[in-house]
Amino acid sequence: MLIRRHFRSEPRSSEITPREVYLARRNFMRGGLALGAGLLLPGLAHAQNGNGLSFSPGPFSTDEPKTPWEDVTTYNNFYELGTGKSDPSRNAEMLRTEPWSVVVDGACANPGRYALEDFLKPWALEERIYRLRCVEGWSMVIPWVGFELNQVLKQAEPAGSARYVAFETILDPENLSGQRRPVLQWPYTEGLRLDEAMHPLTILAVGLYGEELPNQNGAPLRLVVPWKYGFKSIKSIVRITLAEDEPPTAWNQAQPNEYGFYSNVNPEVAHPRWSQRTERRIGEFRRRRTEMFNGYGDEVADLYAGMDLKKFF
Amino acid sequence: MSRVSPATRVRGVRRGARDQRWPRVLWWVVLLVGLAPALWLAGRTAGAFGGLGVNPIETLVRDSGTYTIILLLAALAVTPLRRLTGLAPILRLRRMLGLLAFGYATAHFLIWLGVDLFFDWQLIIEDLTTRPFVMAGFAAWVILLLLAATSTRAAMTLLKRNWTRLHRLVYLAGILGVVHIVWLTRADYREVTLYALALATLLGMRLFWALRTPRKARGEPARNGAG
Repeated sequence: MLIRRHFRSEPRSSEITPREVYLARRNFMRGGLALGAGLLLPGLAHAQNGNGLSFSPGPFSTDEPKTPWEDVTTYNNFYELGTGKSDPSRNAEMLRTEPWSVVVDGACANPGRYALEDFLKPWALEERIYRLRCVEGWSMVIPWVGFELNQVLKQAEPAGSARYVAFETILDPENLSGQRRPVLQWPYTEGLRLDEAMHPLTILAVGLYGEELPNQNGAPLRLVVPWKYGFKSIKSIVRITLAEDEPPTAWNQAQPNEYGFYSNVNPEVAHPRWSQRTERRIGEFRRRRTEMFNGYGDEVADLYAGMDLKKFF
Repeated sequence: MSRVSPATRVRGVRRGARDQRWPRVLWWVVLLVGLAPALWLAGRTAGAFGGLGVNPIETLVRDSGTYTIILLLAALAVTPLRRLTGLAPILRLRRMLGLLAFGYATAHFLIWLGVDLFFDWQLIIEDLTTRPFVMAGFAAWVILLLLAATSTRAAMTLLKRNWTRLHRLVYLAGILGVVHIVWLTRADYREVTLYALALATLLGMRLFWALRTPRKARGEPARNGAG
């Protein structure tokens, strides 16, 4: 027979591909099918994943039920990959993460440009299970894997005049179709006051659920600031700059009266167009009351002592 | 349109047996198409067709709202279409599309009230009194309620000329609906721009005709008037 027939008795490719290999392909697959295994058996799948990160449990983790992997990775705001919630997971391959380098510069004694591997090498990874509250009124509980930003900043040796830290996302309009439309000012920028950036709650994340960050969640390196609205936690970082003045931030530039520089989670300060009193935790039916500083008030309220948080929203 | 015999184009004067059939068929087709999104949403709520996604209640609120504005625009398109094509029988679609829009608006309103905010009256009253986008949407729904309540032949007869005047409020409902969406959009205005352009076109056509045609020459206010 010249034409080779495919018989039912032959093993399908999924049966002969080693588990590590096909799990490692997960990041490159668009659909949710491959994620099914992770959803059904999260502990098992993630422990055995070839792409798994080695990390230890870190402080500040909540014991609230975690939002499932599939929800965390298919419901995203990442306008570079599209403005719909499911666009980023669908368009994830538009983000090219290799090669990747990170620049640390500005008011510091030890600036540098690092290949991603070199940038990450010195730091031990920890798991931090944090609440994430989006300014749109929904929230998740996400097990991030990362390290405290303050280590990176200390290594850079900030000048005495440095009072802020600015962050910048990759600019690549050729591949990131979202950046070809002026929805926001590209590249996306964010910023923190230096003491906020130095706070041990503030981390740079490289993974979630023990695996490398999927592109739609801000691979390969993103900020996580759990007491602020989600848009402050900038994704896919290429530049970290020590600054003397308050840096421009993307949403603040787009709508200055709606998105302040601080953007701390605060149920008492409404977004000008909608209430921030409640949120819907993904997976729950009833809305829940939003907590001041997203429940991290014991850790961070001191940073804002004496400040009028209605004015500095 | 090509299937329509020339006779029907003369404002439905002559009605042969064949001509009487297509408006009825069209009416049923439009009704079924108009009901399809409701069935689709109901099916997804029951878990079929991939369900409602990661944030199901948000999907329910948003999609029911989207169907509302589309049906409302469709209802607003009937009169200009009649005028452009000369096909009088399509006017019969107007009330049905308007009632469908009201149905979707009511579903949208009740899902927001009872599912999203779960009858948390404190939040509901705060939203209704302090959030302009909520106020605009609510006002649009009240207008549609009023128009639905007076959509019967009996109401038409009772209100006479005032019926036409009252039902001109549908323009305001359309404007409020688009404003409602603009005010809750964060950054990407593409979708709402489409609605706004459609609404502006439909209202612009009426305005153009109204300014061009002397009032008396328009005739038949109860049937062909604005609405």
